[in-house]
Amino acid sequence: MIDAYEESAGMGERINQLKPGQADISHGTILYLEDVTLSFDGFKALNGLNLTLDDGELRCIIGPNGAGKSTMMDVITGRRKPQQGRVFFGQNIDLLKLPEHEIANGMVGRKFQRPTVFEALGVAENIELTLTGSRSPWRMLKVRSTTTERDRIDEVLTTIGLIGLRDRPAGVLSHGQKQWLEIGMLLAQNPRILLVDEPVAGMTGEEVVRTAELLVSLAGTRTVVVVEHDMAFVRKIANKVTVLHQGSVLAEGSLTSVQNNPKVIEVYLGETPCSN
Amino acid sequence: MFSRKSLGGNDTGGLIVMLFIALMLVWVSVGNLAVHESSPWHVSTYTVTLLGKFLCYALLAVSIDLIWGYAGILSLGHGAFFALGGYGMGMYLMRQIGDHGQYGNPNLPDFMVFLNWHELPWYWHGFEHFWFAALMILLVPGLLAGLFGWLAFRSKVSGVYFAIITQALTYALMLAFFRNEMGFGGNNGLTDFKEILGFSITENSTRVGLFVAAGIALILGYLIARTIVRSRFGRVLVAIRDAEPRTRAAGYPVAQYKLVVFVISAMLAGVAGALYVPQVGIINPGEFSPLSSIEAVAWVATGGRGSLFGPIIGAFAVNYSKTELTTIAPDLWPFVLGGLFILVTVFLPKGLISLLALRKKRSMTEAAPPNETPRDPGSKIANQHNAPPPQEYLP
Repeated sequence: MIDAYEESAGMGERINQLKPGQADISHGTILYLEDVTLSFDGFKALNGLNLTLDDGELRCIIGPNGAGKSTMMDVITGRRKPQQGRVFFGQNIDLLKLPEHEIANGMVGRKFQRPTVFEALGVAENIELTLTGSRSPWRMLKVRSTTTERDRIDEVLTTIGLIGLRDRPAGVLSHGQKQWLEIGMLLAQNPRILLVDEPVAGMTGEEVVRTAELLVSLAGTRTVVVVEHDMAFVRKIANKVTVLHQGSVLAEGSLTSVQNNPKVIEVYLGETPCSN
Repeated sequence: MFSRKSLGGNDTGGLIVMLFIALMLVWVSVGNLAVHESSPWHVSTYTVTLLGKFLCYALLAVSIDLIWGYAGILSLGHGAFFALGGYGMGMYLMRQIGDHGQYGNPNLPDFMVFLNWHELPWYWHGFEHFWFAALMILLVPGLLAGLFGWLAFRSKVSGVYFAIITQALTYALMLAFFRNEMGFGGNNGLTDFKEILGFSITENSTRVGLFVAAGIALILGYLIARTIVRSRFGRVLVAIRDAEPRTRAAGYPVAQYKLVVFVISAMLAGVAGALYVPQVGIINPGEFSPLSSIEAVAWVATGGRGSLFGPIIGAFAVNYSKTELTTIAPDLWPFVLGGLFILVTVFLPKGLISLLALRKKRSMTEAAPPNETPRDPGSKIANQHNAPPPQEYLP
């Protein structure tokens, strides 16, 4: 195990400079997490976590509070570096060697649990700031909006259904609209993997339906990972579910198989996993 | 439409303030130089210098608003950059004294002769040239801000912690400049200036010239800051201010953005200090005092942060009150300043400019969401600019 780890670390260094477009996904796998361990003051938030995502799949991740879901997303997005383990994008890009902002640009986009949009800016401006392209301060001082950019912004706004609100300040949007705007901001970044943390928390029934449609329509062209407590919602969208518990994978498979798994039932105190 | 307004598309306020300053420059200059002293329209040289000082303070306030109002970086040590710019100009003015000093030494400023020094320290060389001093006035604050900001932003130091270390920075510089061995005149600082660019510094026309220069610097500084906040760069700054983790997740190298704007701001503060010194005739380590920096932040808050022109109004209003009050009851001033700060924070959180723009109910720079996330009590706190969203604390 240790040998294999060191060998791969050496390989990672050599191919560190690859761009997102050069990711090798010939095996159909877009993300590998292998034996990832991350502890805070002795508490293992992630404990030998193994996870593989296929390119284009829609995966739901569930688990009780403190199971390591948020920490796992922190590791994938480069926000935290684990003490041990490997995280690869495709076959050949070592995410542990990349800074957060490079991973965010074209590889992994993350939607935070609480909707976080730039409230003082307009809806279209929110999308504009997240469009793919150079993030250098010097470019941003000089750059002017182009027609291509405006078209792309409108395209994203149409997808998320906010085209009619393009000039509103994001701060006045409803909770659900902010969630969609944030998903739109991720789409503008054109990531291969979309990490979505509790997208329907606090949404009305109708908003939940629209969100489910949106996420399902996005899978296929990109990989969508949804972390969610709401089992009704998970049932609507998922074909494959991963259950996390105490920092590692407890069970994986279809929702029905997972719900009938005795280990999962035990973790959820004998009930079907459902937080509401 | 609304969103355009948010970042300076609506510039009526700024335009009025700029026009007012331009008008003041003309009126005061003419009133001092062309109107006879016996006329009620005469503007005294005392007033010219006083307003000139305020113009420099206003530029300092704009520089603070650029980082605090737009990028959410609260610096409580901006007086340090102001003072460094001031020392740069002071060194040039000292070298201009030549052999007109008390000891008549053509090569050494008086305080060095007094300390029995025999030659000019290496870092004083070059300051006999105005162009060199001007370059240093930009470079020294810029480099210090660059180094300091690089260390702080790289380690994601922000909010209160950043404010505290900026206080420490200016305090440390104050202690250093108090020392005679530093070669900056110690306790007394640099003073007894005679000439600037060949003009006698006590001459009325020179005073008016310096006053006009400060006014032009303020207008230019305001325009530079405005260009920055209206660019897409400025929108990234606002994004960082309101949702830093989100901005980082969107792929922005946040530390670089903060660094760039911090350096530009420090340079503006340096220029303000450089124009301040020839008008007041002295620069001493007291300018590094942590209290001065806090006062400057109070001007910005009083005027209205995140507008660029509000802080100009704030700098004038607070300093005018200070001048009036310190002549009537000098001991009262700290209490008035403290009281003012509390009153503004409680009743006018957007500063004096919210009085001027009452009909525009909603300042778009701080659009509050009408409906908070129902299950998230933390979101209210997170809407305040300096409070990082709860995710920051997640293990």
